[in-house]
Amino acid sequence: MRPTRHLAMLSALALAAALALACSSNNNNSNKNNTAGTVTQAATQAAATSATSAATKAPGSPTSSSAGTPAGSPAAGSVPMCPPGGSANALTGAGSTFDNPLFSKLFDVYNQQCKVQVNYQSIGSGGGIQQLTQKTVQFGATDAPLTDDQIKAAGGDVLHIPVTIGAVPVGYNLPGVKSGVKLTGDILAKIFLGQITKWNDPALRAINAGVNLPDLDIAVVHRSDGSGTSFILTSYLAAVSPDWKSKVGAATSVEWPVGAGGKGSEGVAGLVKQTPGGIGYFELAYAVQNNITVATLQNQAGKFVDPTADGASAAAAGAIANLPPDLRAVFVNAPGDASYPISGFSWVAINAGQSDPKVASSLVYLLWWVTHDGQKYAKDLSYAPLPDQLQKLDEAQLKKVAVGGKPLLAQ
Amino acid sequence: MAQATGAREKLTRSGSGNGERLFRGVVTAAALLVLLIVAGLGVDLVWESRQSIARFGLGFLSSQRWDPVHQRFGALPYIFGTIVTSLIAIALALFIGVGAALCLSEIAPERLQTPLATLVELLAAIPSVVYGLWGIFVLAPCLRTTVEPFLHNTLGFIPLFSGPQIGIGLLAGGVILAIMILPTVAAISRDVIRAVPREQREAAYALGATRWEVISGVVLPYARSGILGAAILGLGRALGETIAVTMVIGGRPQITHSLFSLGYTIAAVIANEFTEATYQLYLSSLFELGLILLLITMILNVCARLLVWRITRGSPGTVTV
Repeated sequence: MRPTRHLAMLSALALAAALALACSSNNNNSNKNNTAGTVTQAATQAAATSATSAATKAPGSPTSSSAGTPAGSPAAGSVPMCPPGGSANALTGAGSTFDNPLFSKLFDVYNQQCKVQVNYQSIGSGGGIQQLTQKTVQFGATDAPLTDDQIKAAGGDVLHIPVTIGAVPVGYNLPGVKSGVKLTGDILAKIFLGQITKWNDPALRAINAGVNLPDLDIAVVHRSDGSGTSFILTSYLAAVSPDWKSKVGAATSVEWPVGAGGKGSEGVAGLVKQTPGGIGYFELAYAVQNNITVATLQNQAGKFVDPTADGASAAAAGAIANLPPDLRAVFVNAPGDASYPISGFSWVAINAGQSDPKVASSLVYLLWWVTHDGQKYAKDLSYAPLPDQLQKLDEAQLKKVAVGGKPLLAQ
Repeated sequence: MAQATGAREKLTRSGSGNGERLFRGVVTAAALLVLLIVAGLGVDLVWESRQSIARFGLGFLSSQRWDPVHQRFGALPYIFGTIVTSLIAIALALFIGVGAALCLSEIAPERLQTPLATLVELLAAIPSVVYGLWGIFVLAPCLRTTVEPFLHNTLGFIPLFSGPQIGIGLLAGGVILAIMILPTVAAISRDVIRAVPREQREAAYALGATRWEVISGVVLPYARSGILGAAILGLGRALGETIAVTMVIGGRPQITHSLFSLGYTIAAVIANEFTEATYQLYLSSLFELGLILLLITMILNVCARLLVWRITRGSPGTVTV
């Protein structure tokens, strides 16, 4: 009798395991609910504090139009760091994991200086876009711009605000080759398409005179999880290789023609380090912190450039002339001698038409600071700061934010 | 006086009657809640995957494409990877787990049994991501340089062990899973083996059976339904285990004959792509994968129950202990 009863219990447990697992695939819903909870809480909190401050200060005039507040009408080009009194003291955002280390730093500083707490959940760009669409967050952060359909779903008035620039180095593991491998876009595309399979391929040898390339199979490693890093790399490959564009395309996850998938930057790095002949791509910060041997890439101007934050900033500056007005642009393979070709924006996406003036005020001041003075924190964390011209474009975007048709910032 | 005692008795009895009712109510509610959760999950998974079901129909189960850029999705390579890694895991874990359980309960000296059993169970306390990292940095290189070349050289004529030896892949995923479910299998096997009545063993010894004969003729047949239960429980965990497998499976949805090649599992692709599934059909396809995984687990459980019923009919294991 006992084993049978035991067994019944076991089966029940097994079922429970299956349920738990189904639960985990159902994470999205619980996530949504959680966020909804946080937002409500934040909103209530904000309402409560603004009510008190309104009572002690100027009742009924919480927006920046109030003449009493120091930041009432900021002079063109200069907006104070902190939002005017009466603004919300809590904001919620979600999205890109790539942005998270930078955002952690920035939002911490902002909270200390301005007493506005920003709750950022780094759940991935796709999740950020979804939560923005469902209005459970006030801003989404994404490494890939929203598609037209996504913009329509999110209310049609989504503003893209580039907040930082990422470079994607290509790292390799070649026994006996410490550094100095050069790559062109064409060769990189052929490697990732599986058309160049040996490190001593004539095409590689031709541009790597002086490097002793071994007779070794190339082991391609890519991200297996959906990621903005993959989006920038595949966008670059699609830009330099018509073959890649038609066969594979550009997205956060694609159908990779060859290679093994590693989970996260650490997974890719692990596989590359463990596999002689391995080649993979990373976020710049990750490659720098982990001393990964990276390749020098040929840019549009024909120069070979190392992956650095400066190279990425130069690429963004080089691309500005060709940016569309909505700033939804992938600027891989940008012109300019110093441009590192595999670089891309990371955006914050917000709705231009805001409903709550207190929240909108905090949001706009926060983003203004993030895209201006906040940029000084970028380089230490291996993010590329936004070039000046781009900050001007961001200003134009932020000035479009309005409550009930009334812009928040002076034009 | 007598009246008072009677009243007190009545009171106590009626009090305990209330307690009974309360108890019954609480446990019934708990049972119903479990049912409700199961049903809710099933309904939700079907509802969320409706788009993908409508678009691909049964073709979703047989298609080998997974191309988010061109909106083509198919589950077959993931189903294949999930089942293959789980089978490798359960084969290895059953062999090692039952062996360890036999040693711990039949052969090891009494005072070593508990500490050794605790050590085995300690394996279950290690977080999944630690197994994954260990898999990348220790297991995969070891497989690539030692185990896989050995298997290839000795058993290479079997298609299972042919092809290039990469380290990560289906075999690595299966081995990691085996280590992860080993404590479950070993601990439960040990319990059911210890539950074999002493009289049975002594009777066999009295008839002149050797230790091996006692184990193979008395202990294992008596405990087989329980061991099967351990296997089912282990399999349930292996099918759904995510992070560690994700890190060593190689993330390549393909169907191959070689255990050395890269693969992908359902749980791994859900974990990998859920956060960046940027449009509805994509998300819906991932939900459908979750639904398929739930169905696979359920089907396996039903099959296992049927198997247990068949085995236990007329087996000595059904004797009341």
